[in-house]
Amino acid sequence: MKPNLTIAPILFHWNAERKLEFYARIADEAPVDVVYLGEIICSKRTPFFENHYDEVAERLVRGGKTVVFSTLAEVMLKRERNMIAGFCDLEDFELEINDSSALWHLDDKSYRVGSLMNVYNEDTMAYLVAKGATHFTLPAELPRDSIAILAAHAKELGATTEVQVFGRVSLALSARCYHARAHGRIKDNCQFVCEEDMDGMPLNTLDGEEFLTVNGIQTLSHSYLNLLDDMDDMKEMGVTHFRLVPHTQDMVAVANIFREALDDTVSAEESSEKLTALDIPAPFSNGFWNGRPGHQWVGEV
Amino acid sequence: MPPPPLFAIQPVLRRIVNRVATDNPDMFGRLGPHYNAHFVIDPVNLPFVLVLRPDPDDLLLDARQRNDIPPHDAKVSGSFLDLLMLVDGDLDGDALFFARDLTITGNTEAVVCLRNALDDIDGSIAENISDMFGPPGRAALGILRRAKQRNKSE
Amino acid sequence: MNRPELVCPAGTPSAMRTAVEAGADAVYCGFQNATNARNFPGLNFTVPELEKSVRHAHNGGTKVLLAVNTFPPAGKVDLWKEAVDTGAKLGVDAFIVADIGVADYIAKNYPDIRLHLSVQAAASTPEAIKFYCREFNIKRVVLPRILTVPEIKTMADEIPCEIETFIFGNHGLMVEGRCSLTNYITGLSTNMDGVCSPAAQIQYIKDDSGNLTTKLGEFTIDCFSCDENAGYPTICKGRYLTPAHDGAYYAFEEPISLNLSTLLPDLMAAGVTALKIEGRQRSRAYVKSVVTAYRKAVDNIMAGHNPEISDLLALTEGQKETQGAFKSKAWR
Repeated sequence: MKPNLTIAPILFHWNAERKLEFYARIADEAPVDVVYLGEIICSKRTPFFENHYDEVAERLVRGGKTVVFSTLAEVMLKRERNMIAGFCDLEDFELEINDSSALWHLDDKSYRVGSLMNVYNEDTMAYLVAKGATHFTLPAELPRDSIAILAAHAKELGATTEVQVFGRVSLALSARCYHARAHGRIKDNCQFVCEEDMDGMPLNTLDGEEFLTVNGIQTLSHSYLNLLDDMDDMKEMGVTHFRLVPHTQDMVAVANIFREALDDTVSAEESSEKLTALDIPAPFSNGFWNGRPGHQWVGEV
Repeated sequence: MPPPPLFAIQPVLRRIVNRVATDNPDMFGRLGPHYNAHFVIDPVNLPFVLVLRPDPDDLLLDARQRNDIPPHDAKVSGSFLDLLMLVDGDLDGDALFFARDLTITGNTEAVVCLRNALDDIDGSIAENISDMFGPPGRAALGILRRAKQRNKSE
Repeated sequence: MNRPELVCPAGTPSAMRTAVEAGADAVYCGFQNATNARNFPGLNFTVPELEKSVRHAHNGGTKVLLAVNTFPPAGKVDLWKEAVDTGAKLGVDAFIVADIGVADYIAKNYPDIRLHLSVQAAASTPEAIKFYCREFNIKRVVLPRILTVPEIKTMADEIPCEIETFIFGNHGLMVEGRCSLTNYITGLSTNMDGVCSPAAQIQYIKDDSGNLTTKLGEFTIDCFSCDENAGYPTICKGRYLTPAHDGAYYAFEEPISLNLSTLLPDLMAAGVTALKIEGRQRSRAYVKSVVTAYRKAVDNIMAGHNPEISDLLALTEGQKETQGAFKSKAWR
């Protein structure tokens, strides 16, 4: 199977105009195979883009992309529960689920499992495959050895596996909105302050050291995950899909760099140089993959 | 005040630590890799500190002058009464820490292990020890405990 | 109103005996390895210790719930199965689980032993809980600490199993089972290793003026001036800087503990079956005070009296208490 490059759902609260522009470029210019659409962090943000999904999906399909709809990662309110139920009824597009609420509705339907679902081992994977799961984006904190086992296992089960290879890493979810809190507000009265931070709100330690990133109820890494050098290894172990998390940097350029690396048309050194040249305003990390603290960058061994 | 004559209490400390070890052989498992760590127990209101190495094969509980503290892995500081009640399972170490009445420096994991090992000892270590010294020992403990009660209610 | 079960923490055999003596209806505990979410140094039970402790608890009429509530990473699943097999052999009354694979293993191999869905499974909707009940015959769910009392009441009406909620103790800010902050900083995972802010990577640094800096790994988590109450260097309870906020602030939550003593009657009326006290990592002095206080409060409520509860503030982190998400949506 030809390795697939994918675009994760936009995690941050970008306005509709920016999202439309982003997806237009991805549809027309980016060498990616799958695009995940949908608001997965905060249900309050959904009305801003709801009416655009049809046209965006259509344009992406026209651009040769497979479109998958991703569901909310944290479901609590009646409105959110109804949203999940509605998504699970979708016929035209594949679904990626990010919370176990969806499993109740999907008894006789196939679906993809997102990275915010806890699929850590082969037993859980096998169970969900028997329940209709066809594809797994693995949790970002899994080390290489576990990913190798899961990728091999998925192959045996007839499922495919995806690993995030670029962008900030989701580290935690909460019921409380930390964007609102930083501005002295509460979630119900947030006035969408998260829109101000298009790559998330920086959180530094008391020493001024860059530490974490806040995106509403989500906490992410400050560092950008970069597994460019490890994709050959992943391909060999049977990982089929490689995920880019959208940021404000030129994602078409990022996609091109990862595409070239996946297709082996450019040397590893050259790819790395190109990615570094994008001047991403945070260090790269690959600690989780190496079984080290996630924020670390482990150079060539 | 001249430094206290520590040579007088060293044999007592040795008896105490041997007694606790003999009575509670299971506690050493909880120390994990830290059984041979050196702990300094620092009762801040007393003129000396205690050095503890909870190695069942090479036990050490030694009083040292404050100007003679040897290299150590971790140090636990607090008032003598708080430390006594902590060892005895009468006070919660975390609560003391939250209130800033307990200070921990050095290897935090070693301290956590020691705390968990001591906390798993049933009954009162202080009572067992005071029993070793007969009626005077029990009387001394009674005085200490009443002092603590007074402190608490103030 | 049914008499709720008081579920109490046991980090050591001695703490378990203390809880039984203080009136716990059930105790929960784990083995000395990554199979439970409090895999802390020097804590938890060896197999012989658990064997003895189960016997003692049962003699006192107290149930023993075994937490096997972490997520085994691929390649290490056998350790979790072994914990389950041992627990079954020792006669534990229920398993507390989070991982679908582990739940499936228990449901298939030990269908007669009760299964409780851990808070680590983060099942926050009736649909999620109904899924686990349908698939694994879950008897009780431990609800995430993110729901208000009215939301819990709605939940109780919709799900086919019992509800357990936390009433006292450490108040994690992130949804349990969905937090890899510790792994990001330390290389040890809450989900896979059962570790949160591991002691081995904690440093307390006191300066000459009495200020206490707490560090996890190489990162500063907080700094307490000499007259401030302190907290553990847990990432979600740290003080940070961000351009949008004037000066350092608790970006997630201040060091604080959950105490729902005044909400007890409401929780019981909402249909909560079991009340859980957090704190397997705490001392038996803590277990004794908290269990005794809540035992009395529950008994008073059942007898139609006011739930007078003794002051537990001294035992709380930062010496501050909150009702967290339970009281009002404004917490969010």
